[in-house]
Amino acid sequence: MSAAQELSAEAIVAERTESRRRISARRRILVTLAVATLTFLFFAPLFNLAATSVKDPDQVYAAGAPLYPARPKQVEVDGKDRPVVLVPQADGTFMEMVLVKPGRQESVLADPTDVSKTIVWQGSWRTLENAWEFSATLNNYGEVWRLLDYPRLLMNTILIAVIGTIGTVVSCVLVAYGFARLRFPGRGKLFQVMVATIFIPGTVTLIPTYMLFLNLGWVNTWLPLLVPTFLANAFDVFLIRQYMMTIPREHDEAAQIEGAGPWQILRDVIIPQSWPVIIAVTVFHFVYSWNDYFGPLIYLSTKPELQTLGIGLSRFSDQYNARVGFPEAATIMTLAIPVVLFILFQRYFVRGVVVTGVDK
Amino acid sequence: MERREAQWGFLFISPWIIGLAVFYAFPIVASLLLTFFDASLTGAERNFTFIGLDNWIRFFNDPMAWKALGVTVRFTLLVLPVGIFVPLAVALVLNSKALVAPGLFRVLWFLPYVIPFVAGIIGWLGVIGQNGPLNTLIELFGVQDAPLWTNDPGLIYPALVLMGIWGIGSAIVVYLSGLGGVPTELYEAAMVDGAGWWASLRHITLPMITPVIFYNLILGVAGSLQYFLVPQVLNGGNGSPEGSTLFFNIYLFKSFFTYQDPSYGATLAWVLFLITLGLSLILFGTQKRWVYYAGGDR
Repeated sequence: MSAAQELSAEAIVAERTESRRRISARRRILVTLAVATLTFLFFAPLFNLAATSVKDPDQVYAAGAPLYPARPKQVEVDGKDRPVVLVPQADGTFMEMVLVKPGRQESVLADPTDVSKTIVWQGSWRTLENAWEFSATLNNYGEVWRLLDYPRLLMNTILIAVIGTIGTVVSCVLVAYGFARLRFPGRGKLFQVMVATIFIPGTVTLIPTYMLFLNLGWVNTWLPLLVPTFLANAFDVFLIRQYMMTIPREHDEAAQIEGAGPWQILRDVIIPQSWPVIIAVTVFHFVYSWNDYFGPLIYLSTKPELQTLGIGLSRFSDQYNARVGFPEAATIMTLAIPVVLFILFQRYFVRGVVVTGVDK
Repeated sequence: MERREAQWGFLFISPWIIGLAVFYAFPIVASLLLTFFDASLTGAERNFTFIGLDNWIRFFNDPMAWKALGVTVRFTLLVLPVGIFVPLAVALVLNSKALVAPGLFRVLWFLPYVIPFVAGIIGWLGVIGQNGPLNTLIELFGVQDAPLWTNDPGLIYPALVLMGIWGIGSAIVVYLSGLGGVPTELYEAAMVDGAGWWASLRHITLPMITPVIFYNLILGVAGSLQYFLVPQVLNGGNGSPEGSTLFFNIYLFKSFFTYQDPSYGATLAWVLFLITLGLSLILFGTQKRWVYYAGGDR
C-alpha cells in the first residue's frame, strides 16, 4: 500500500512542479512588475528631491509645469525669443506652435520648424498653455555649497566619522579577541552583561552622561562623540567576537608552539582572517556616525562651526524652506556619500545586519 | 600560565570594562539616585537636596507627562503593526521564486537605510507637501483641497510613519535571513498534501519565522516608546498640530534641556525604562504561546 501511495505522491509533486513551471513565465512578469512599481514608489522621495534640486525656482510656481525639471520652450523669431504654446486641435490633441503675436481675439502663430509659415488663430492667447522642454540647472548646488558652509560641515562629519571609526574598530577588535580567545574568570558572565547592555535604553543613561561631560568641560567639543568610541560598544564587539569564534583554534595553537604571545597571535593569525568582519564594522560605524543626529544635537548645539552635515541640513532646510530647490540640493549633498559607500560595500552591510540582527 | 592568560584577557577587555563603568554603571545608578533629589544643572547655583519621592509624586500628578505618554502609546499602537508587517510583506515578496533579479531588489530595499533620517524627512515631506506629487495626484482625482498632512492631527501619524519608512531595511534583511532558514522539505511536504500558497504561508512560513517576528516586536516596542528624533526635527518638539507630536521623550528632553531640571528628567527616563522593561517582560511571557523555536524550547 505504501509503495502505491508514494508513487502517487511523487506523481502529484511532479505534476505540480510542472504546472508551476508552466505558469511561471506569466507570474514572473506580474510579480516582478509589481515589485518594480513598489520599489519605484519607495524611491519616489529620492527622485522628487533630485528633480526639485535641479529645477529653476520659476518652474515650481508656474501653473501646468511638468514634474521633471523643465523650462518654458521658446523659439527665436526675428531676433526675439517667442514662447511655444500648445494649440488644441480638432481631434483633441495639441500641436506646438510659436506665439509670434499674441492677441485677445486672434493671435499670429508660426510653425516651430519654419517660422516663416504663420497662421492666424482665433481665440485669446491667454487660454493657450506653454510647452515645456527639459532643462536642469546646477545653480542650487553652487549656492548651497556656499550658504550651508558645506566644506566645513563635510570636513567635520568626515573627521568625526573617521576618528570614531578608528576608535571603534581598534577597541572592539581588542575586546572581541579577549572574549573569543582568552580564558579568564567570569568571562561568560561578563559577556552576558555586555549583551544585556544592548537593551538598556539610551534615555536612562542620558542625563548623568551629559552632566558628566558638562562637568569635564567637554560639551561644545567633539570629545563626547569621540572618546566613547575608544571604549568599545556591545554591538560591534558581539559581531566581531562571533566571527572570531569561527576561526579554527589550531591556527592559534600552532603559533603558540612557536612561542607567539596573545599580541602576535592577534596580529598574525586572527586579524588577517577577520577582514570581512572588520570591513563590515568599519562601514557600519562610518555610516552610523555620518547619520548620528542625537549626539551632535545635544553636544554641539551652540557651536555651528563644529557641527555635522545632519544638523546643518536640518537648520538649513528650516532657514531656506521658502527657497525651493535649496533644501533639496542640500539633502542630496548630505545623502550622497553614505549611498555611494553602501553601493561599494553592500555585501558587508547585508551580512553585518544578518549577524547582529540589530540596528545600532 | 593560566594566570598570565587571565591577565592578558582582562587587559584586552579593559576598554569595554571602563566603558561599562563610565557609560552604563555610573549613569544608571546616578540617574536612579537623581530621581530622589532636587538637583540643578550647572556649577553656578549648584544645589543638591534629598526630596524623597517628590519627583515620582510629581510625575503621577503631571497632566503633561500623562498626555505625552498617551501620545506615545497611541503612536506605538499605530506604528508597531506597520513596522512588523510591512517589512515582512516586502521580505515575502522579495523571497518569491517568481521574482526576476531578487538580488538587485534586495539591495535597493535596503539602500535607504543608510540615508540620514533628516534627509528622509525632507524627502518624504517633499512628496506629501502642499505642492508635492502626492497632493497633485489626489487633486487629479477631483479632491479640491488636498490635505496638509503635517498640519492635521488626524494625518500626522501616518505622515510620521511614512517619514520613517526608509528605516525598514534592516528588518527586511532580518526577515529574509529567517525566511531563508525555513527547510524546503516542509514546503514540498505541504505541496503533497495539496496546500496552496496561502496555506503554506499560514501553516509553515509564519510559524517558522515567529522567532524573527518576536525579535522585531521587542525591538519595535522599545524603539517606538523612545520615539524622539523625527518629531524633534520636524517641528523642534513643539508638539504641533494640537499636541499630537508631544511624545514622551520630547517632554523628557524639554524637562532636562529647556527647563534645566535633571532630576525630573531622570524620573521621566526611569518611568519610560520601567514601562519598556515591563512590556518586554510581558511579551517574553507570551512567547510560549506563539513563538516556535525549531531547536526546541529556549
